[in-house]
Amino acid sequence: MLHTVNKSSFERNSLQSCINIIDDTSVILFIEDGVINAANNSKSSMIADLAAQGRVFALQGDVEARGISSKLADNIKLVDYAGFVDLVVEHGTAVSWV
Amino acid sequence: MAITKKFMYLNRRSSFGTVYAIESLEVVLIAAAFEQDVSLAFIDDGVYQIVEGQNTDGIGMKNFSKTFHALGDYDINKLYISKESLEERGLSESDIMPLVYEDEDDDWAEKSSIKVVSNDELKAIMSEQDVCLSF
Amino acid sequence: MKFAIQVNEGPYQHQASDTAFQFAKAAIENGHEIMRVFFYHDGVNNASSFTLPPQDDRHVVNNWASLDIKDADGNPELVVCVAAALRRGMLDESEATKNSIEGNNLHPAFRISGLGQLIEAGIQSDRLVVFGD
Repeated sequence: MLHTVNKSSFERNSLQSCINIIDDTSVILFIEDGVINAANNSKSSMIADLAAQGRVFALQGDVEARGISSKLADNIKLVDYAGFVDLVVEHGTAVSWV
Repeated sequence: MAITKKFMYLNRRSSFGTVYAIESLEVVLIAAAFEQDVSLAFIDDGVYQIVEGQNTDGIGMKNFSKTFHALGDYDINKLYISKESLEERGLSESDIMPLVYEDEDDDWAEKSSIKVVSNDELKAIMSEQDVCLSF
Repeated sequence: MKFAIQVNEGPYQHQASDTAFQFAKAAIENGHEIMRVFFYHDGVNNASSFTLPPQDDRHVVNNWASLDIKDADGNPELVVCVAAALRRGMLDESEATKNSIEGNNLHPAFRISGLGQLIEAGIQSDRLVVFGD
């Protein structure tokens, strides 16, 4: 499965709710304000393990728009919109944590 | 041949602050006609959608919570409620509306549609879904 | 692959519609099919032909129209939920006439239909992706 998270954890608990029920093979893609979760900050430990397993992605355009390209946490993989499409193709059911 | 897919309706918001809850329920009622394998999940503040005793007299909005009672008649009888979300909010299964269905495979015995599940159980249920509609 | 998209938010207020558009555009450019985009909740406002953004801003409604998403018979597959649309004052000519309202504002690249179209999109597509708040 591909889980998309579009909210900062400083604003809503979407990422935590996603992490609570994500299975061992699914991946997370941060989009929109969700990319704030990809930055190195006081909440980065939430995704450190998943990122180390190569299972955390962030939408490059949203990262750049928010001026956090140089502040990304370790092991975050950047994708463009075509990469987003590829993730949906590869990982089956898409779950949006709107 | 007709395709049957597993549809999950993911509800994470309470009933009246935004339109998502009632418009989600409207989709579910339509979905009943398509004979798909439908499940509903209530997590985070979504658990408040099915709390017993909602009264909207004071806010001038429609109390659609009663509509959940109709789901059983449409063979929609898998309502998964997050145990952790209930506990975090000081709620328990006794605070949830008694939503039931009649099981045609068991001589129409009345059974509960409410299934309080842990995160681990929900994880397994989510993994099986073909389509997830989030509200 | 055959994609369906659900858009839950209106234009300009929320990024959801922009993200969904960029996703749809990338999918088409990479050889995939967008079989239907279903606009629900405030997402119905993406279909307003009365939309007039300032010239230096993107035109969200025209962006959607530019994707030219249609079925084999040429009918628009940018589908606006009828219940959500009527509630929010989004009317095509037929609904306006039926309700004795003067004028209508549904952009011709879109069509109004029922919620069944969303379920059908979920059944017939290989993937359904939701964009919302």
